[in-house]
Amino acid sequence: MTDQPSQAELVRQSLKRRYRKERRFRAYGILAIAIALSALVILFTDIIGKGYTGFLKTTITMDVHLDGEMMYLDDPTDARQLKMADFVEPLVQAAIKEIPEATEDDRDAVRGLINPYASVALRDALKANPDWLGSTRSMTFLSHTDVDVYVKHAGDGGYSIKLDEQQKAWVDQLQERGAIDTSFNDVFFSGGDSRDPSKAGILGAIVGSLLTMFITLILSFPIGVAAAIYLEEFAPQNKLTDFIEVNINNLAAVPSIIFGLLGLAVFINLFGMPRSVPVVGGLVLTLMTLPTIIISSRAAIKSVPPSIREAAEGIGASKMQVVLHHVLPLAMPGMLTGSIIGMAQALGETAPLLLIGMVAFIVDVPGGLFDSATVLPVQVFLWAGSPELAFIERASAAIMVLLAFLISMNALAIWMRKRLERRW
Amino acid sequence: MQPANLFLFTIVLAIVAYFLGYARSRSLAMPLGGIRHLKSLPFYYGARAALWCGIPALIVLGLWAAFQGKVIQLLVVGSLPPEMVPSGSGEASLLLSKISNVASGALPVGFVEAPIVEAAERLTALRAESRFFMSALVIAVAVLAGFLGWLRIRPRLNARTQVESILKWLFFSCAALAILTTIGIIFSVAFETIRFFGKVPFTEFFFGTQWSPQTALRADQVAAEGAFGMIPLFTGTLLISAIAMVVAVPVGLLSAIYLSEYANRKVRGVVKPLLEMLAGIPTVVYGFFAALTVAPFISDLAASLGIEASSQTALAAGGVMGVMIIPFVSSLSDDVINAVPQTLRDGSLALGATQSETMKKVIFPAALPGIMGGVLLAVSRAIGETMIVVMAAGLAANLTANPLETVTTVTVQIVTLLTGDQEFDSAKTLAAFALGAMLFLATLLLNVIALKIVRKYREQYD
Repeated sequence: MTDQPSQAELVRQSLKRRYRKERRFRAYGILAIAIALSALVILFTDIIGKGYTGFLKTTITMDVHLDGEMMYLDDPTDARQLKMADFVEPLVQAAIKEIPEATEDDRDAVRGLINPYASVALRDALKANPDWLGSTRSMTFLSHTDVDVYVKHAGDGGYSIKLDEQQKAWVDQLQERGAIDTSFNDVFFSGGDSRDPSKAGILGAIVGSLLTMFITLILSFPIGVAAAIYLEEFAPQNKLTDFIEVNINNLAAVPSIIFGLLGLAVFINLFGMPRSVPVVGGLVLTLMTLPTIIISSRAAIKSVPPSIREAAEGIGASKMQVVLHHVLPLAMPGMLTGSIIGMAQALGETAPLLLIGMVAFIVDVPGGLFDSATVLPVQVFLWAGSPELAFIERASAAIMVLLAFLISMNALAIWMRKRLERRW
Repeated sequence: MQPANLFLFTIVLAIVAYFLGYARSRSLAMPLGGIRHLKSLPFYYGARAALWCGIPALIVLGLWAAFQGKVIQLLVVGSLPPEMVPSGSGEASLLLSKISNVASGALPVGFVEAPIVEAAERLTALRAESRFFMSALVIAVAVLAGFLGWLRIRPRLNARTQVESILKWLFFSCAALAILTTIGIIFSVAFETIRFFGKVPFTEFFFGTQWSPQTALRADQVAAEGAFGMIPLFTGTLLISAIAMVVAVPVGLLSAIYLSEYANRKVRGVVKPLLEMLAGIPTVVYGFFAALTVAPFISDLAASLGIEASSQTALAAGGVMGVMIIPFVSSLSDDVINAVPQTLRDGSLALGATQSETMKKVIFPAALPGIMGGVLLAVSRAIGETMIVVMAAGLAANLTANPLETVTTVTVQIVTLLTGDQEFDSAKTLAAFALGAMLFLATLLLNVIALKIVRKYREQYD
């Protein structure tokens, strides 16, 4: 016997090392997945943590004495008088009355607690109920954005509180009494964009997104399905067909911003269509989503077994009848799921819409396809770039709404695939 | 009528034509002894009449609606007194928006010169006229063509083959839209790019190391509007893409290996859709996350370590972009790894190799070309990504390889040059199209190479 370890011994020694390596390799895989999933978790918690306060609004409830003399108003039904009347004074007086320490000298500080739009709300209330003049009513108004930020983020170092010490003391006191309160932010869901964060809402962006998606859907679905039918069922094997196929695959991988350049050059500069309208946005997104829909529709048509076609042909159906009466209904679920996924992509798309001018500041909720509009992702982009921190929580809240739309669309697609999937 | 309403009206007319055609074919068949004496079913006669009625009218409507805006603009500008005719296209668009603001009532008449008021009146009149003539023409075409189609219904007419061949042509034109889109992209960037090179020399664009489209550097400069060297933009783009790849490739590849080789069905069923969720999140959300959470975090971290970092770093944008690309890399690698035949795996395992050795020595080399193709596709996606870099990468064109500095990318510059006020004959806006052309070519090249590699590789085991 020599001192050399035996072959078996060598193997046994190396085995340990090899198994360690094996375990390490496996750990790398788990680590990679953990990194990816933790990125997802961090992203979601960050956005929810930043944005849940966006769903809350801060209101102030006061007993407002609607004194006609104070407001220079004796007939609330007279439009001209309503326009000229002073609706700030009753609010300031009501607030002073709510805060025992406040005097006439603190007018400006007190006024800093009430939203500038509260006077508009008061005017509208009086316009709707002219008989309120002269009475005292308990009314609830939006508080000033600074108060909103203070109430929500008093302990948060990231937000700068613009209230002074005296105002903070008042707000604390009013909050204790329940006069200043937070509740569900309905304004966020019922208004358009605004320069004032506490008045800013996403309804305009949601309607804009829906209109844009409507155009995208009614154009891209039929065109995509028709193109898929042609390529799968009718196209002869020639150079032109190959060229179309290569083109579709390439278009699917073209950066989205290039479609924005196309929209700008063709629809706006060449055809003279207006900027920042849902029609142009929808057209650009149609061109962008078409490849996705065509590719998924072709896959759906391919999965219909040839026996169905042969059976239909066997009883004398023409090629078109085979396709329209037999193949298409069977492929439809697959086509629909593919289109929903394509639409979800289009809904989240921002870059091409920036180029066709959908970044404009638009307060009104768009009423039609040719009205200036913005869409949800662009609204997020606009708010995210705002220097006012109160807009950041609105942007996060808008992201949550956007993600809710996307997740429900994807869930619908998955549900449809499960429900309608057919095996032959 | 508005184009949208006119469209609906034409559809209604086509439906009416369908029923009239259907009725006529039946009434023609009655004296012969029933519809079995017709060459086709009544449905096809109706469909034929509807197509005759609808298609020509919709083509007219589409063409008119596409070009009326431009034609009206030209007519309005042409009617202005000679001294007011704008010299450049920038001035022209300013003037046009002024005129249309007056026409829509947004700008009170008292604020503008008399010719503009006249032009606004003319614009309103022309719009009304155009709308009237469009409605009249479309309805006339629909009714006439529909009537002709209806009149020509005969029992011997093979309506089915006609309807089917029209449908086939319709399907073909939908497929051909892909070619049209590509042509549109090429022409829309090519024209402006050529005009750009008329203003800025070729060499400056490709070899210049300065990018500052806003300011003139020296008075005697050719463009006299700034410097248009694209090198700092491309290095910035490459830096961010490289960072993204450093994040995405190892994480994506290792997750794909784990999911395809080690994980059981249950884990795979949960983890895979979760990973794919990363791909479904809109890029503006990643941009928001990068700009407001990751970038401040990185600059704070760097500051606490005593390293100097700007508030918008290439690292923040690239890192977040890498996270976005993970599912892309992982699902492509997963496909390729699964395509490696089981026999290779079994052979290696039978020789006593551990799973990781099999993976590293056998499957990975076999899958390498496919994975390379996937990575190239991911690179092309990183280069073309816009929102993350627009929100998190910054605007300063620095020629640097330091990931803690601010860089800018091609897509960022396209967006900044083309949003806001713009005139379409300045080197500044044309530069955006030149950058777009470069971006299109670069990503196209990467995609073609990647698709070739992937396809070639896949054929090996089939």
